[in-house]
This record gives sequence, C-alpha cells and structure tokens, in this order.
Amino acid sequence: MNTLEFTAVIGLGGLVAGFLGALTGLGGGVVIVPLLAVVFGVDIHYAIGAALVSVIATSSGAAAAYVREGYSNVRVGMFLEIATTVGALVGAALILHLRVSIISIIFGVVLLCSAYASLTEHTHSGANDGRDPIATWLKMDSTYPTANGMESYHVRGVPQGFVLMFVAGVLSGLLGIGSGAVKVLAMDRAMKLPFKVSTTTSNFMIGVTAAAGAGVYLRRGYIDPGLAMPVMLGVLAGSLIGARVLAVAKVKVLRLVFSGVIAVLAAEMIYNGLK
Amino acid sequence: MEATIERENAEKRMDDIMGRLLRTGVILAAVFVLAGGVVHVARHPQPVTDYRVFHGEPEELRTVPGIIHEALALHGRGLIQFGLLILIATPIARVAFSVVAFLHQRDWTYVVVTLIVLSLLFYSLLGAHT
Repeated sequence: MNTLEFTAVIGLGGLVAGFLGALTGLGGGVVIVPLLAVVFGVDIHYAIGAALVSVIATSSGAAAAYVREGYSNVRVGMFLEIATTVGALVGAALILHLRVSIISIIFGVVLLCSAYASLTEHTHSGANDGRDPIATWLKMDSTYPTANGMESYHVRGVPQGFVLMFVAGVLSGLLGIGSGAVKVLAMDRAMKLPFKVSTTTSNFMIGVTAAAGAGVYLRRGYIDPGLAMPVMLGVLAGSLIGARVLAVAKVKVLRLVFSGVIAVLAAEMIYNGLK
Repeated sequence: MEATIERENAEKRMDDIMGRLLRTGVILAAVFVLAGGVVHVARHPQPVTDYRVFHGEPEELRTVPGIIHEALALHGRGLIQFGLLILIATPIARVAFSVVAFLHQRDWTYVVVTLIVLSLLFYSLLGAHT
C-alpha cells in the first residue's frame, strides 16, 4: 500500500468511526482504536495516540455549539476537570507499567460496558430539591433552558462525582478515549444534574481531559502525524455527518446494529489480549 | 436581583467567546493538518512508518520547539504535528480564558480551581515524560 492509499483507507475508517461514534453516542475515539488495532493491525500506542487527538477535535467542535445554548454548567465542569486531568495523567503514566495485552483487555471491557450502557433506556433519577452545602459553597446550582423557560436546579454528591471523574480521567489517559459514558454517569446519577446538562457539560470536559493525556502522548512519541492526520480529519468529518443524521432521522434500529458491530470489535480486543 | 442578572449576562458573554474560541481552534487545526497531509502524501509516495511495531516519534516531532521548527521548514509531518499542537492547545486556551473570566467576576474560588487545571495541562505538555 502506498502513502496515498494508506491515508485514504485510514481516513475512510476514521469517517466510519466518527459516524458510528456520533450515532451510538459512544464517541469516535472509542470506535477508532479497535478499528485500527483489530482491522489494520496498528500498534496500540499509535492507535490510542491518534484516537485521543480526534477526541479533542470532536468534543471541541460539539462543545462550541452546546456552550452557546446555555446547557453546560461551566462551574461544575471546571471543578471536576481537576479530577479528570489528574486522572488522565495517572492513566497515561500507567501505560508504561501495563503490558499491551492487559491494555487491550481493559479496552475491550470498557467498550462492551459503554455499548451496553448506551443501549439501555435512560430513566431519570428524579428531581433533587434540597441544597447541598458543598455544592452551595462551590456555587454550582444553576439554571438551564427548558420548554417552559429557564428552570433552576440543585447539585449534590460532589465528592462521589469527583471520584467517578477521576476514574473517567484514568480511563481516558490509559485508553485514548473521551470516557463520556463515565462522565455522564457521574453527573447524572451521583450529582443529580438534569440529563441535558450532564451530557453537554461532559462534552465540554472531554476536550480538557483529552488534552491532558494528549500532551503526555505527544511527548512520548505516541502521536504519529502520518496516522493521526487521516484519523483526525476522518473522525471529525464522520462525527459532523453523524450529528446531522441524528438530528433528522430515527436511528433506533441502526443504533442497535452498530452497537452489535462495536460489541464484536470489543470481544475481538479481549480475545487478542488473552491470546 | 440586579446582581444576578449582571452575573448571568457576564456568563452568557463568556459562553459566547468560549464557543467561538473552540470553533476557531478546531478549524485552524484541521487546516494545518490537511495542508501538512497534502505535503506529506506528495513527498513520500512510499510509507515511512511501519505502524505494526511501536518505535516512537523522533525528538523533533515530540517537543513544542521541535514541532514549530519543523512546521516553519514546511515539512509535511511538521505541519501536521503543528496542527495537532493547535488542537491540543485549544482546550488549554479555553481554560486560560476561564481564569481571566473568573478574575473579572472576582470569583476567587474558581480562579484557584481553573489555575490548578491550567497548571496540570502545562505540566502535561511541557513536563519531562520518560
């Protein structure tokens, strides 16, 4: 394969990964790593390096739109970013101490869990009326736009959210992914933020978490320009198309099929790790 | 009440600028990566890296001064790496902007919070990671 063919094939793979990532809500990074590692036989260090860079691109692109709509809670995001960035640095340091087979198995398990979580219907955990002393001190209570105008909400469970965010950061730095699923879990379940606020604030945070990991990856030489170029451009384009499709089409069946494909990739990664 | 409205207006403005900052960063990064990609593909018809085995990038594509040097020399890989550096710098710029915005609001707690995040990000990009 010459350079042009290689670039085109990987770019197309990135496009598909970005598209699937947007439709399933898993994010492009988590789909491109197994695609590169399992289908193209790319070493996992190069794969996660290219993936994490594309995560920054898609999350910053999406956050640019969300942040102006007034859903995301900047204070909650900024405070929890302390946990995710420390976690990302710890995760990136862990790579040096774990065998590739172990990283591959962890990746497969995380991917399977995220695919499962994205398929289960979201049930809201109920309104939260009381004030929480820590959240009040950190001025986290805020408002968000709803069909009935601006509605105010309270935040709670800051310590639990902080711990979960640390875990999300470790996974992000270790696996080159955005770990949006864990971030939403922390804010939606533990901190009782409205769902729309959780998802947009998570998106807002993913870029900063990924930047913390990507800095270390760059310094260690995991980010190869020849590979990251088609991956980043492909995933970015694919996720933009995916977001458009998501806005106009009913994609329930498609999501089910795609999650199946992703589950197969995840199983393959676990199998390769165990081999 | 007036203070609340003022705070909300200030936050709205802050959100607007942040949104624009993120969008500009991503577009700029994509332009450099694409331009570098064209140069790279044109100059190296045969692949330069075997991705099946990890051997790491050369020093000049791993450090901020090295990448800037390579990009100024208009090397394809240097230009791509420079675009990726802009991409990594975009969220960092957003956090730096938040420090200023919280300073402006005299919200000292969050000035400290954002400064902690900012120093962690600088440590990641500039610290020694071996």
